[in-house]
Amino acid sequence: MYKLISPLMQLVDWPMRAFQSRFGQRRLAWVFLAPNLALFGLFVFLPVILNFAYAMTGSEHILLRDRPFVGAQNFAQLTNCKDYLNPNSCQLDVFWRAVHNTVWFIVLQIGFMVGFSLLTALILNRKIRARGFFRAVFFFPVLLSPVVVALVWKWILQDQGALNGVLSSLGYQPYNWLLDPSWAFGFSVFLTVWFHMGFYTLILLAGLQAIPRDVYEAAAMDAASPWRVFRKITLPLLMPTMIVVLVLALIKGVQTFDELYAFTGGGPGSATTLMIQYIYETGFAGAPRLFGLAAAASILLALVLVALTAVQLWVTRRNANG
Amino acid sequence: MANFLTRTRGKERLHWTDWLSYAYLLFGVVVMFGPVLWLALSSFKTEAELQHYPPRLLPYIQKTEKIPGYDSALPIFKVTKGALAGQEVAQVRRIGLVAQVVRPDEPGKLVKLPIADRKPVEHVALATSNYVKLFKRFDFLRFLWNSTFITVVATAITLVINSMAAFALSKYAFRGRGTVMALVIGTLMIPQTVVLVPLFLVVRDLGMINSLWGVIIPGAATPTGVFLLRQYMLTIPDEILDAARMDNASEWKIYWRIILPLSAPAIAVLAILSIMWRWNDFLWPLIALTQSKFFTLQLALNSFRGEFNTDWASLLAMTVLTLLPIVAVFAFLQKYIATGIATTGGK
Amino acid sequence: MADLQLRSVTKAYGAAEVIKGIDLDVAEGEFCVFVGPSGCGKSTLLRMISGLEPISGGEVKISGDVVNHLGPAERGLAMVFQSYALYPHMTVRQNLSFGLENTRTPKAEIAERVGAAAKMLQIDQLLDRRPKDLSGGQRQRVAIGRAVVREPRIFLFDEPLSNLDAELRVEMRGEISRLHRRIGNTMIYVTHDQVEAMTMADKIAVLRDGRLEQFGRPLDLYNRPENLFVAGFIGSPKMNFFAAEVASGALKLAAGPTFALPEGRFDLREGAKVTLGIRPNALKPAAAGLTLTVADVERLGGESYLYGHSPDGSAITVHSPGQTGVEPGTEIALSPDMAEAHVFDADGRSLRRH
Ligand SMILES: Nc1ncnc2c1ncn2[C@@H]1O[C@H](COP(=O)(O)OP(=O)(O)OP(=O)(O)O)[C@@H](O)[C@H]1O
Ligand SMILES: [Mg+2]
Repeated sequence: MYKLISPLMQLVDWPMRAFQSRFGQRRLAWVFLAPNLALFGLFVFLPVILNFAYAMTGSEHILLRDRPFVGAQNFAQLTNCKDYLNPNSCQLDVFWRAVHNTVWFIVLQIGFMVGFSLLTALILNRKIRARGFFRAVFFFPVLLSPVVVALVWKWILQDQGALNGVLSSLGYQPYNWLLDPSWAFGFSVFLTVWFHMGFYTLILLAGLQAIPRDVYEAAAMDAASPWRVFRKITLPLLMPTMIVVLVLALIKGVQTFDELYAFTGGGPGSATTLMIQYIYETGFAGAPRLFGLAAAASILLALVLVALTAVQLWVTRRNANG
Repeated sequence: MANFLTRTRGKERLHWTDWLSYAYLLFGVVVMFGPVLWLALSSFKTEAELQHYPPRLLPYIQKTEKIPGYDSALPIFKVTKGALAGQEVAQVRRIGLVAQVVRPDEPGKLVKLPIADRKPVEHVALATSNYVKLFKRFDFLRFLWNSTFITVVATAITLVINSMAAFALSKYAFRGRGTVMALVIGTLMIPQTVVLVPLFLVVRDLGMINSLWGVIIPGAATPTGVFLLRQYMLTIPDEILDAARMDNASEWKIYWRIILPLSAPAIAVLAILSIMWRWNDFLWPLIALTQSKFFTLQLALNSFRGEFNTDWASLLAMTVLTLLPIVAVFAFLQKYIATGIATTGGK
Repeated sequence: MADLQLRSVTKAYGAAEVIKGIDLDVAEGEFCVFVGPSGCGKSTLLRMISGLEPISGGEVKISGDVVNHLGPAERGLAMVFQSYALYPHMTVRQNLSFGLENTRTPKAEIAERVGAAAKMLQIDQLLDRRPKDLSGGQRQRVAIGRAVVREPRIFLFDEPLSNLDAELRVEMRGEISRLHRRIGNTMIYVTHDQVEAMTMADKIAVLRDGRLEQFGRPLDLYNRPENLFVAGFIGSPKMNFFAAEVASGALKLAAGPTFALPEGRFDLREGAKVTLGIRPNALKPAAAGLTLTVADVERLGGESYLYGHSPDGSAITVHSPGQTGVEPGTEIALSPDMAEAHVFDADGRSLRRH
């Protein structure tokens, strides 16, 4: 592989050498940075600016110059609500249903996920046989693609699937789980926990293993009960890792789309439609493509994410500095 | 009660908390592996077996036999009631609730039999018909090629430009370095999901919608990769670069003859991450690729999911083929992947 | 081969001036050692010569040509680094040939030069190993070999032996000296170990705080240090210093006794506050003289060292050949050999007449 690209690299050598002798070593840094920065500029920073431009213009036209300026109208539409707790009272009830779903989804998902991850990490941190194997077992769904994960569970939950098969052999009636809004939502939470918990388990396990052994030995000398050791030593020392896990899970939870879109398609109705799916459908899948509304919604989402990421960076930095 | 909450346990015999732990872990094996295994097994079932309800764990195939005088092989049944009870017969055709069967040793003599009085003769076997159909009827190879092309090319580009940027940020003192680092952190805060609309418009203006390049290029520069590689390159001593400079090496040569090989462990981690991101990528391809001839495996899988009836037979086979590469990679590189993902926070 | 001239070179990092104007002439074939305390700018000066560090002011000339604007590759020098800086992913052979490949030297010539250098440094058995499979001394040889194959005009060494253990250091010191005798190139060698400087150098440049304190042959520096700093830095153990006052051509020490100086050797002004410097081996036990309160005795068998202080509190070290019967806690009288005395004025400059 390396041999293969060597001649290519040699080819780049002489223009770089020429640049170096003409402009000096320091300015060469910009040449090394250029491709990466160009892509960042074109596909990250420019879109950020355009996002505002589209959010403040209306109509279904795609070219910016065809779009009339509407000011904050898109935002006004999104936030026009008599009662924020009741999506039906809002002008854009689907958006608010998506917001509600997302909040509920995150609360439930994080609760279960952190709980199970912590339990699994604590168990994997004990003296057990075949730890590597068990760790791998819990971790491997993380690598699967969201679509595959969705299909795996759809196959089990479909009306003639394994779950109904087991239930009917126990004498229950088969049920069409994914056509029931509550069950569909519940299984969506379950599916994402199943999908992602291995990742958080791994982080928590690393956190647990970073707690020095001698702390436990000192506690044993003090004759502390196991429960007290857990409460007074393990949990506090694990706290920084826990915070990282929580913030990461929040950031990723808010952006959940792929697996649920392939799992339920957001349905039945809009029972499992989350924020990103709303943006996707408003901007790309709907019959009139409402770019302005989608852009405005994604700006609202971005505000949440930037705040969360800022917290994350702050926390990681604080942890790193001791 | 809570011995199991603490890390160490000294005693030789298994405490009850150990039993509890192993029970939990074994339950975990079933819940984590079970569904995927179930799907894999299902993909080797015949269409008929997939219709079987309640579903059976193992894939069964009905015995068939070539009977003189009939063109195709006939399914074999065992008769449970009546005169022929206990004998194996071949079914010629079925009309309503009555089956016409023949005895293999008397191919000329048709016998009528109520369908409730016969049971298929089956044995466990892996049926490859779903896979065969996948290759025959669907453009599977095209989807596979699209996914592979995107994954390989995008990963190569990511590795090259991210490592170049990381080299500049870790080994040169130049004016504006702090600003560039801030920009990289900034991009970390702006995931693709919040700029979908304008990103679509930019890519469209570049004429890259419905082109594999439209999927490859926009995500090729990753802030995660720059961070990961920069952090690693900071540990390479500057004296080695100075030695190379004294040895007449140009800065570009230092980059690819010294820095790149020495960063191999970090590059490997980024390569694995990038392969995973790209192979599993869904939302952006969903937006950027609307014609089915450009579909990746993930998009194809998603499009099979019909509104009312889903062609599960093909879908199962395709799902297995899609997750196979990742499982293979995982089996060999489990350790790297785990550390890689843990150190970068996934994405 | 080439000579080197520095013409008031300076270096500043932002507002911090690190090299404050240095003039120096290193003749062709000379082995020149830069010595000085940590942080005085030795490495910086060496890197400015090499071209790795841009020069803020002044001129660097090699064979009479100003090379300020040339990059490290174009100056035709080679450098051996403190941490060896071997390329960890390359074999010894690749490490040695990398520089030659970069200058597009023909393959056959590379092989020949690498073979010759490896033989000379006795690393020809190790050519296919990676640096991590070598001992410290072997790595050092490879680092030197990498410089040798380039056949540079000037060799630069930055504390090449400081990572080796004491025994190996002595051995490698000899080896580098032999290398110099054999190929005769100009070499510049940085160290903060004055023993290394004394034993290896043709010429020593003593640096302090970005300035050149003295430049000359080792024994000249030892016998005629131009200032207090050089006097204290060169020679081991350190020279003893006593506060004194000039009184009718002799020195009256703050510690009490008065000693006469050799006639006419020093520029003395009556009543001036000066510092008297006496090396430890120029202090001899005597019936009367300077009182030493012995705090510690080191008996090495062939020689002994006494450590203690004078009545005014100045630290004193005495070197006495053979074995001594003096015990810690006792007081003895010392008489300095004033023929080997050094006298410095209040600013630390030597008062010796030239
Ligand atoms: N990049 C830099 N920016 C600012 N100051 C620097 C830089 N590099 C070196 N210095 C300063 O320059 C001075 C001289 O450093 P130098 O490395 O030349 O010392 P040295 O004599 O080689 O010391 P040592 O014996 O410890 O190697 C030091 O005070 C150091 O702090
Ligand atoms: Mg130094």
